[in-house]
Amino acid sequence: MSMYLEMIRVRFLMMLAYRTNYYSGILIYSINIGAYYFLWSAIYGGKEEIQGLSVAQMTTYVAVAWMARAFYYNNIDREIAAEIKDGKVAIEMIRPYNYLGMKTMQALGEGVFRLLFFSVPGMIIVALIFPVTFNASLNTWLFFFVSLVFSFIVNTYINLLTGMMTFFLFNNTGLIRAKRVVIDLFSGLLLPISFYPGWAQEVMSYLPFQAISYIPSMIFTEGLVGQEMYNALLSQVFWVVILLIPIRLLWSLAKKHLIVQGG
Amino acid sequence: MFYLSLFFQYASQYLKTRLTYRVDTILEILSDLLSQGVNLIFILIVFRHTAFLGGWNRDEIIFIYGFFLVPYAIFSSFFNIWDFNERYIVKGEMDRILTRPVHSLFQIILERIELESLFGAITGLVVMSYAMANLDLTFAWYDVLLFIVMVIGGTFIYAGIFISIATIGFWSDSRTDIMPMMYNISNYGRYPINIYNKVIQFVLTWILPFAFVGVYPASYFLNREEWYGYAFFTPVMGILFLGISIVLWNAGVKKYRGAGN
Repeated sequence: MSMYLEMIRVRFLMMLAYRTNYYSGILIYSINIGAYYFLWSAIYGGKEEIQGLSVAQMTTYVAVAWMARAFYYNNIDREIAAEIKDGKVAIEMIRPYNYLGMKTMQALGEGVFRLLFFSVPGMIIVALIFPVTFNASLNTWLFFFVSLVFSFIVNTYINLLTGMMTFFLFNNTGLIRAKRVVIDLFSGLLLPISFYPGWAQEVMSYLPFQAISYIPSMIFTEGLVGQEMYNALLSQVFWVVILLIPIRLLWSLAKKHLIVQGG
Repeated sequence: MFYLSLFFQYASQYLKTRLTYRVDTILEILSDLLSQGVNLIFILIVFRHTAFLGGWNRDEIIFIYGFFLVPYAIFSSFFNIWDFNERYIVKGEMDRILTRPVHSLFQIILERIELESLFGAITGLVVMSYAMANLDLTFAWYDVLLFIVMVIGGTFIYAGIFISIATIGFWSDSRTDIMPMMYNISNYGRYPINIYNKVIQFVLTWILPFAFVGVYPASYFLNREEWYGYAFFTPVMGILFLGISIVLWNAGVKKYRGAGN
């Protein structure tokens, strides 16, 4: 266990060494949220609300969704792909830890770093410029953070799965890019799921993606309250458990299938 | 001539490497199509809840997006310098580039072509024709020439901005997140500039002139006369920004001392 904690710490320190680069990142992220803010203001025009969300809630939704993304987003799929391609994975496999566990811990170290040095200052800047509302109750904040942890796990699982596909495809950039696009759309980062036509919402309720962005953001904006919120949290837990199955399967298959391309 | 024949040799070499990993190539083309599809879906869903976006209707917005795709596709096929810092500076590859008999920037462009991105231009043309059919737009013979000029202008703007940012690598070899974020910002040229506030309008017009890749030139073909002045300024901005980036590049190469081992 302490080994994995050490992995989180090392990755955190590694990120810290390059922290100056993040100041520009925050600035640009804020511009990004800003542009969406204007886009949504134009979409709302004079309307009071669309699909139960007011323009103020929508602004908060966009800001929270992007800042949460800084936490759950990581590139371990690309890292795994690279390590498989250059054969490093073979060495990693004989080391006394679980390779996927190590990758998850590194992702967590990166996530915690971004949360502290990116999301928090970013959120303060965004709140100063745009009418983002933070009057959420302590309870809401609490459930939001719980939900955020689940969203990190689900997103990391999906990254592990995509990364591991390199064992079978050998060159995986296409799938990794496709995955990112699918997640941006189906997770609710670009559009709240409730904006989609009914049939599309129906389809998406069977997919794990809305556990990544839609649920935490909706909890924060109080678009999901009471029983609805508990159900949403439960669905996140469901995916956290269920997605372990394909990861296990793919991993044991990959170990048999391993071809070191470089070495 | 030498440059041209070199280009074709690299291009054919590139196609061979792509055909080795066929599944991945197809997936990459599909993922491009997918991300274009996602952006269209965004527009379509948004217009389920509103009729106008800053005074522009659904098909006009779709047209702007379709136009944007064409210069963007050309840019992504030939100017893959977003990982220049990590790939060339940190790993010391730049030393090798400088021993080559062509201009260093051209050499890097050759090594990094991604011809499959050109499919995006076809998507763009299809999207534009769809919007044009809905809008009953007509165009004259010289509009085709203007279209080509505007597309080249837009491509140059993109190339200029991204090359300029890549040159930061000559001065500082630490990792930076500016590149991926710049891709995000660049998306805002796809929407009508008038929905943003004055500061952002200014930035998108004069500092990071992404508006010249989408909405400004597209407004000419949409007969939006109030934007004609900007539309015709597109090629000028393109040449200007590409010129600046090449000056920066040459200054950077002079400054370059090598890294790595």
